[in-house]
Amino acid sequence: MTSRISPDLPGTYVFDGPTSRRGLHMNKLFMSLRSGAARTDFLADEPGYCARFGLTDDQTKAVLDRDWQAMLDLGGSIFYIYKLAMMDGHSMQYLGGVFTGMSEADFKAAMLAGGRTDV
Amino acid sequence: MSEVIWGLATSHVPSIGAAMDRGMTADPVWAPLFEGYAPAREWLAGNPPDVAILIYNDHANGIDLDIVPTFAIGTAERYQVADEGFGRRPVPDVVGSPDLSFHLLQNLMDDGFDLTVFQELDVDHGFTVPLSVWTPDPGDAWPCPVVPLLVNVIQYPQPTAARCYALGKALGRAIASFECARTVGILGTGGMSHQLAGARAGFINPEFDAMFLDAIENDPEKLAALSREDFIRQAGSEGIELIMWLVMRGAMNEQIRKVHSAYHVPASNTAAGLALFDNRTAQPA
Repeated sequence: MTSRISPDLPGTYVFDGPTSRRGLHMNKLFMSLRSGAARTDFLADEPGYCARFGLTDDQTKAVLDRDWQAMLDLGGSIFYIYKLAMMDGHSMQYLGGVFTGMSEADFKAAMLAGGRTDV
Repeated sequence: MSEVIWGLATSHVPSIGAAMDRGMTADPVWAPLFEGYAPAREWLAGNPPDVAILIYNDHANGIDLDIVPTFAIGTAERYQVADEGFGRRPVPDVVGSPDLSFHLLQNLMDDGFDLTVFQELDVDHGFTVPLSVWTPDPGDAWPCPVVPLLVNVIQYPQPTAARCYALGKALGRAIASFECARTVGILGTGGMSHQLAGARAGFINPEFDAMFLDAIENDPEKLAALSREDFIRQAGSEGIELIMWLVMRGAMNEQIRKVHSAYHVPASNTAAGLALFDNRTAQPA
């Protein structure tokens, strides 16, 4: 049993030490995608690329399925996950929509209306 | 002896840089943000420092999660602009000031702040967007050499707001004893309220931001007393970046004069704030 030292706030991911340990290999994979050559390698064999970085089966499935919520749950940092989203041509507003159950257009509209002030 | 002449606090949202790089600053979505910057940019153009210090955080571009320094300083002659995945921003590389870096390192160390040292560092949007907010058209070079000071704001536990403010105070003392420059600009970056992930993504808290914009000028001690949980709860999980404004504020005088401030929602998923302060003002007796 480990003690919980970071705050537990509803609807909020706190990227703490244990989370970062859990996601380290997956986050390293995401960071590697900054290079065009790495993106080519990744797209040519996504399961093989995940294996090379030592992702767990759950993490590999999340990456292959582009299950952005699962990536967060399995230790992904949003700043690292965003590298994969960018590669796929997605914006941070698209991800915001995924996390909140909105379309990208609705999420953008909510931001333009002043952001989500009631959550 | 050197003097901090101004402090500029600003958000560093990547899309602010992208809007400038793509010529979209007059678009209806972006125009209000950039109109808010104009008076600060005009004043800054008339008050160039000999050297600047920029407090920022990296976002998976210059450093990864293998090593997460709580506080760090760059000591290089040059800092290359990072390629964050799809080409570097079309802005100049950053010229550093190793003399100032080593002076700050030694003095901060002697003052109890054990900084990590970066001899090589690619700087990402967290660094270049504030430079662009300051200087929209740098041409071949930024206005002066700039020293990067990094703060971990991504991986919990981040340094406390109180520790950031104390670092700023030590930074101010260290700057004052630097003999190779006369005038210093200091930039605190990040914020304001925002949250990128989770069911609360898109969270914005204009009341907290207004309080912060006022208190950073008039009552920084109040902000230094906020806990990590206060920041995450009231400003969102990424709003904790605002602790970097406290490093800037700590390096400035007790009394400062606001030159200009601006606030706009949204820049991407973020509440964007700017506050520019003149540090050359009469102090209380």
